[in-house]
Amino acid sequence: MIDLSRRYDVLVIGGGNAALCAAISARREGASVLVLEAASEFWRGGNTRHTRNMRCAHDSATASLTGPYTEDEFFEDLLRVTGGVTDEELARFMIRESKDVLGWIEAQGVRWQPSLGGTLSLGRTNSFFLGGGRAMLNALYRTAERLGVEVRYLSEVVDLEIENGMFLSATVGREVPVRVTARALVAAAGGFESNIAWLRQYWGAAADNFLIRGTPNNRGTILKILLEHGAQKVGDPTQCHAVAIDARAPKYDGGIITRLDCVPFGIVVNRNAQRFYDEGEDIWPKRYAIWGRLVAAQPDQIAYVIFDASSLRLFMPSLFPPIEALTIPELATKLGLDAEALRRTVETFNAAVQPGTFNHKILDDCRTAELDPPKSHWARRIETAPFYAYPVRPGITFTYLGTRVNREARIIMSDGRPAKNMFAAGEIMAGNVLGRGYAAGIGMTIGSVFGRVAGREAARNARN
Amino acid sequence: MHATKTLAEADRLMTVCNSCRYCEGLCAVFPAMEMRRSFSDGDLAYLANLCHNCGACYYDCQFSPPHEFNVNVPAVLAKTQHQSYAHYAWPSAFAGVFARNGLFIALATALSVAAFLAGFVAWHDPATLFGTHVGPGAFYRLLPHNMMVLLFGGAFLYAIVAIGFGIRSFWRDIGEPTATLRDPTAIGSAIRDAARLRYLDGGGAGCMNENAKPTDTRRIYHHLTFYGFLLCFASTSTATLYHYLLGLQAPYSWWDLPVLLGTVGGIGLVIGPIGLLAAKWRRDPAVLDETRYGMDVAFILMLLLTSFTGLALLALRATPAMGILLALHLGVVFALFITMPYGKFVHGIYRFAALVRYAKEHRALGTAASGPPN
Repeated sequence: MIDLSRRYDVLVIGGGNAALCAAISARREGASVLVLEAASEFWRGGNTRHTRNMRCAHDSATASLTGPYTEDEFFEDLLRVTGGVTDEELARFMIRESKDVLGWIEAQGVRWQPSLGGTLSLGRTNSFFLGGGRAMLNALYRTAERLGVEVRYLSEVVDLEIENGMFLSATVGREVPVRVTARALVAAAGGFESNIAWLRQYWGAAADNFLIRGTPNNRGTILKILLEHGAQKVGDPTQCHAVAIDARAPKYDGGIITRLDCVPFGIVVNRNAQRFYDEGEDIWPKRYAIWGRLVAAQPDQIAYVIFDASSLRLFMPSLFPPIEALTIPELATKLGLDAEALRRTVETFNAAVQPGTFNHKILDDCRTAELDPPKSHWARRIETAPFYAYPVRPGITFTYLGTRVNREARIIMSDGRPAKNMFAAGEIMAGNVLGRGYAAGIGMTIGSVFGRVAGREAARNARN
Repeated sequence: MHATKTLAEADRLMTVCNSCRYCEGLCAVFPAMEMRRSFSDGDLAYLANLCHNCGACYYDCQFSPPHEFNVNVPAVLAKTQHQSYAHYAWPSAFAGVFARNGLFIALATALSVAAFLAGFVAWHDPATLFGTHVGPGAFYRLLPHNMMVLLFGGAFLYAIVAIGFGIRSFWRDIGEPTATLRDPTAIGSAIRDAARLRYLDGGGAGCMNENAKPTDTRRIYHHLTFYGFLLCFASTSTATLYHYLLGLQAPYSWWDLPVLLGTVGGIGLVIGPIGLLAAKWRRDPAVLDETRYGMDVAFILMLLLTSFTGLALLALRATPAMGILLALHLGVVFALFITMPYGKFVHGIYRFAALVRYAKEHRALGTAASGPPN
């Protein structure tokens, strides 16, 4: 039995990658560690369950990575996706640490595999977990338990007692609240993407139409408490990792299989059957992460990817079959769109398509002329029946609003002073390095690097 | 449309898995799945027989129950595999024995042992049956060698023919040309994969038995069972050569090759099946197909009985117990041979055939598809 009346050195709130890395590293520093996970054992680990890989810098190829990925290249990629909205010092620190984390994670029992099929040419930059995120998580839990980390499930933390930047205790459970004390706190409880009411504060009614790709547990309770107790806010509350996913996906936890990779092969129209963005702007791995926001800006937050028989097998399959019809008006009717409007949109698009040599593996020369918005690559006439459509909605992966931290993963208070014994890791502080945009696998890098640092520093803090 | 509900469920799962692909590093099933977009009954039979039921993908899966997507690949493929044995059974009138296989194997064994015992009792006076026989040809005083060869050769031949027809239907159903079965590279690769049980290791960590913690015990016990069985088979084969080529009659001394091979193999065939039974006993019921429990256990027990009666016969062959033990051992072995096409034994054959096809497909696989980021 776990003794909640005992005073632990380090209390970790959360049960995902960041939390477990923190727990393991604190325990390896000699601290007594308690992990409080809101979910049950099956659902443990929040969004880590849905991950697949992490992006770490490395100087040479390995058994599972096809080539080097230098710190500078990683930083340039980060600058590109965030448009410079990042804390350069912290980002460079994270990238430097990520090199060492690659081996450290492996030492905690996680296995890598070479990138095989199903990946967006990430074989050089990203390390893939054998068996995916849940396998990775299971390995971390096994290691944590072997080391003597205490893990308690179904233990939602509902309140924190904080005085002048000093964590004193946490209240666990709603019905029979229990007070837990510890010398240091690591907050690794995720973002607030599952809290629709909170999202609504920034997005208005549009938030009701968002689908949440991962855990329903990331309601941001801990983030909110920390901010209320004077932790310094970082990040734009509307910024998040959002992709366009199948509108038929469940509200929560649909994960990777509701993702759609068909956008570059067709056109995307809104509820009014009008196109609204260049579907062929750049290669899909560089563009998939912008489509969530694009769809979020459309009426009713819904859009439809329309393509024809010639493209059906060019992209990864997904959970739901496409909606199929023999003519464009028939397709429109099935989608509940104005048949005449969709026919006109497709006709106008088809008329604008210029001759070219289609090649979906490169930025080809198939483009439209005098069309607004244009389609810059892979533009082919939509003319071969049957015609297909996927309805898409914004799929929110995680939010970027968080608590500011320093290189020790120590929370910075709003007066600029570091907290006495509070640390943060993972989505709850992702906004420090990820101001906007997304690069595949970077969420896990943030979790592992800052989790490991937070655990170590919390353990040292508890000793002093 | 699929022939059974299980096949329809397997199709649903493969559609889910094909959209995810996180498990592609675990075994051969997922890479084979990725080469397809839709799944016919034959495709599903092929994928099901590639599955070694290591269980890793169940514990690694973010969509396994209680998730609403309810993804349980090991259990559903085990069920699909079980149904495929019945579907391809020859003659098809015997398909039904897979439904109550434990009972069928138990009855067949009981009948076979009873027949040998009754025969021995009917043909010999008690003095011969309970006498002590030593020296060359001791066994054959109870059952003449030619009679033994006729009975067991016949049973073995029948098993080969029946299994052969089963494989032929399987191969046609999965749509693979016969030429693949003559492809030396594919055969060689399948032999290596089968000999090492390459895919019973959860992608390297070990198969998962009672929970998400990987262990390697099933692979070890299966090796003991399989190689024990092969050594016993080699023992019988060398004894036949001794008999016909060297004119040396059984029983042989303990240092003779047939006895050495049989003893070592027999010990493996005792420890292996016991280990497999114990592992099955402890197994997480979630990843099991409960409908094939009887079939799995019956086959393990048959192997155990074979080795146990064989070793007992070896130990007591120079005592008055030999006659009855010989009848017992021969009864069990005869039942093992005759039920080979109608029990768990076929798993090895279909698995091997599936591995041959996979080796060919895998080699032919060119470029990797583009796919999902996180």
